[in-house]
Amino acid sequence: MKVMGFFRSREFPGKGSFPHGIHPPGNKFYSAGAEVEVIATPDKVVLPLLQHIGAPCEPLVKPKQVVACGEMIGEGQAFISASLHSPVAGKVKKITVVTLANGRHLPAIEIQTDGEQQNPMDLWKKMADTDWLSATISDYDPETIAKMIHAAGIVGLGGAAFPTHVKVMPNDKRIIKTLLVNGCECEPYLTCDYRLMKEAPGAIVTGALLAGRAVSAKEIFICIEDNKPEAIDALKIATKNTAIRVAVVKTKYPQGSEKQLVKAVVNLEVPLGGLPSDVGVAMSNVGTMAAVAMGVIQKIPLTHRIVSVTGGGITNPKNLFVPIGISIGELIDYCGGLTRDAARIIAGGPMMGFAFSDLATPVTKGTSGVTILTHAETARGEETSCVRCGRCVDACPMNLVPTRLAMAARYNNPALARQYNINACFECGSCTYVCPANIKLVQLIRTGKVQVAATMKK
Amino acid sequence: MSKLSKTAEAGSEEPTLHVAPSPHLSDITFSTRRMMTDVLIALVPLIAMSLFMFRWYAIKQLVVCIVACLASEALFVSMRGKRITLADCSAAVTGIILALSLPATAPWYVGALASFVAMGIGKIIFGGLGMNIFNPAMVGRAFVMVAFAGLMNAGAYENPAYMLDAISQATPMNAFKGSGITTSIFDLFFGFTNGSIGETSALAAIIGGTFLCIRGTASWHIPAGVISAVIVLAGAADFSAGANGHLLLHHLLGGALLFGAFFIATDPVTSPLTPVGKFIFGAGVGSLVMLIRVFSGYPEGVMFAILLMNAVTPLINRWTIPHPMGDA
Repeated sequence: MKVMGFFRSREFPGKGSFPHGIHPPGNKFYSAGAEVEVIATPDKVVLPLLQHIGAPCEPLVKPKQVVACGEMIGEGQAFISASLHSPVAGKVKKITVVTLANGRHLPAIEIQTDGEQQNPMDLWKKMADTDWLSATISDYDPETIAKMIHAAGIVGLGGAAFPTHVKVMPNDKRIIKTLLVNGCECEPYLTCDYRLMKEAPGAIVTGALLAGRAVSAKEIFICIEDNKPEAIDALKIATKNTAIRVAVVKTKYPQGSEKQLVKAVVNLEVPLGGLPSDVGVAMSNVGTMAAVAMGVIQKIPLTHRIVSVTGGGITNPKNLFVPIGISIGELIDYCGGLTRDAARIIAGGPMMGFAFSDLATPVTKGTSGVTILTHAETARGEETSCVRCGRCVDACPMNLVPTRLAMAARYNNPALARQYNINACFECGSCTYVCPANIKLVQLIRTGKVQVAATMKK
Repeated sequence: MSKLSKTAEAGSEEPTLHVAPSPHLSDITFSTRRMMTDVLIALVPLIAMSLFMFRWYAIKQLVVCIVACLASEALFVSMRGKRITLADCSAAVTGIILALSLPATAPWYVGALASFVAMGIGKIIFGGLGMNIFNPAMVGRAFVMVAFAGLMNAGAYENPAYMLDAISQATPMNAFKGSGITTSIFDLFFGFTNGSIGETSALAAIIGGTFLCIRGTASWHIPAGVISAVIVLAGAADFSAGANGHLLLHHLLGGALLFGAFFIATDPVTSPLTPVGKFIFGAGVGSLVMLIRVFSGYPEGVMFAILLMNAVTPLINRWTIPHPMGDA
C-alpha cells in the first residue's frame, strides 16, 4: 500500500509531504472511536473577551442584564477582532477576570444560566444532519459571506483562533487561488476534527464552498492525513458533486502547520515572515468551515464547538460538543474524572498545547482538546550535554539548526540567534521531542526570541 | 474549582498535577546513552576480527585502553568538580576506538598514556562530552604517535619475533608505500593482514558502519563523503597507473579508511551539524587521506585527516547554515 502510494498520481501539485518533521505516536485511539456527545447546558459560562488573535472585543452587556441564547455580548470593533455571543440564556453576573491556559489574564463576561434554554442537541443535529447540499451557495455574494462570518464571531477553530472574516475578506492586493481546508489534525491524541469530518462532512463542504466563494478561490482542497481513512471516505462522498477535492497527505507532525501544508499540497513556500496569502493560498480548519456553514446558511453564531477530552489520564476519553465558556473541570467530570496517575492537563494537543492547573479555566473558541497525560506519557530523561548529533536539524520542519538557536539563547547572544533565523521557528516542538540529550530546545528558543525582540526595541 | 468527584469516590489520593511548557511528549527511546550503546554494538565485528587476528595482543590493547579511558574520565571529571558521567558510555567508546587504532605490538603504557591524553586533553579540558573540538581518541593516538614514534611508526607493526603470522608481515599500506607492493584485495576485504588491530577488515567496518547508519546513530553523509572523495582521487591515481581498478580498491579497502569513515569521522561532536556540512566534512577527510597517502612520507593518513577536518568543522558549520523554508 505504502509502496503503491509512491506511484499514485496525485490531484494536487505538492508531494503530499514536507521536508523533515517527526513521527510521534498518534495515540488517537483513546477518543477516535467515541461519537460526538452533546453536553448539557452548564450552570454558568465564563466568556473571555479575547479568545482570538487581535484586539479584544468590547462588552455590550452590563451586570444583571438578561441575555438570550446566541445574543451578541461582545463586539469586535477593530479590523482584526471577533465578536462574542452567549451560548446560553441567562443573566450576566459580573465582568470578571480569568486566566486562560496560555497564561493570559483577561476580562471575561460571566453568565449565570437562567430561564428556558435551547437544547444544545438541536444545534449539533443542525450541524450534522442538515441536508447541506440543497443550500444554494450562489445566493451569497463574497461581501455578504465575509460580513456574515464577521457577525457570527467565527475564528479559526484549529487552535490559533485568527478571525476568519479577515482571511476571507476580498482583497485586491492578494489574489487567492487556492483554499486549503485543514483537516490534518497532526497533533497527537486530538480527534475533534476527525469526528467532525466523519459525522458532519456536509457542513464542512458547504462552509468550504462559501469560504471559497468569498475569496474567489479557483480550487479548494480538503487536506487529510492518510491515517484517517474513514474521514477521507466521508469527505470524498460529501464532495462528490462539487469542485472540492480531497488531498490525502502523509501522516507526519507538523503536517497541519500552515507553511508545511502549503508546501505539501500546492508545492509553494510561504516566504519567511509571510502568510499563505502571499503565495495565493487561504487556509482554514475543518471546524471553522462547519462554523461558517452554520453562521451563513443557518445564521447561527459560533457558540459551541467540539472538544476532545483524551489521553491516558482521563477515565473515559470522549469527543464533546460543548458551549464555549464552560469550565474544563466540568468536561473532566463528565468524562469520569482524572485517573490516579494523571500528571498534566493540557489545553490543546501534547506537542503545542498549554499545560495548566486551574480546572475552572474556560473552554475558548480555540480549545480543540483537553489532553490529560499520565506520568508515563510525560516521561522525559535527564538533560545531558549536546553531542551535536544533528537530529534536531533533521527534525526541524523549517530547516533551522535548533541546537545553535538554543545555545544562542543560553548564552544570551541575539546576534547569533538572528544569524540562524530564530524568528522562522514556529515552536512546533519537534526538536525537543527528538533530542537524545533531552535538551529543552524549543523552550530555550522561546527565551531567545524574547532576547532578540529586546535588542530590536533598543 | 471543580470537584474531582469520581477520583474522590474511588478513595484514592488526588493525582499530582504539574505544569510545564510544551511539547509534553519526548522520544524516550532515543538517548545519548543509546547512541553510544549502538556504537558499542557496531564495534563488535571489528573487535571480533581483532581478536581473531591478534589474539591476546588485541585483548591487552582493549583492556588497557578501556580501563585507562574510564579511569581518566573519572579522574578529570572529578577534578573539575562535576558529577561523574561514565554512565553515558562515551568514555568506553573512546577507549575501544583508541585500542582498535593501535598496533598490536605497542606496549601497555602506550595505550594507557594515549587514553590519559585522549580523555584529559582531548575531551575534559574542553568541558567534557559534546564540547571537545577534536576527536579524543585521535588526539590520544596523535600524542603517542609523536611521543613514541619508534613504537608507533610503520616499523613497529612488523615484528618477526612475535609468534602470530599477521604481525610478522608488513602492513599493507606500509608495503605499498615502501616498496610498491600491493596486498590481495581478498585479504584486505576480509582483514587477513597486519595493521592497527581494528582496521584490518574492511568487511567488519562495513557491517558495523551499515548498522550505525541504519539506526541513525551515525549520519551516512560522512562515510558517503569520505568514500566518494577516495573513489574520485584513488580512481585518478588508478587511471594514471594503468586503470585496472586494483589500486582503487587497494586504497578503499586498505588501512584505516573504512574504520575511520564509519566510526571515527562520524563522531557527532567533532563533525558538522547539517547533512550538507557532514558530506563536505567527509569529502575533506577522504581527500586529505589520499593527499597524505600519495604525497607525504606517511603510509596512512586517516588520523591526521580527521584531526585536520575536526579543526575545520566550525568553519563548515558557518558555511552551511541552512536556509529556512521560504527564505528566498
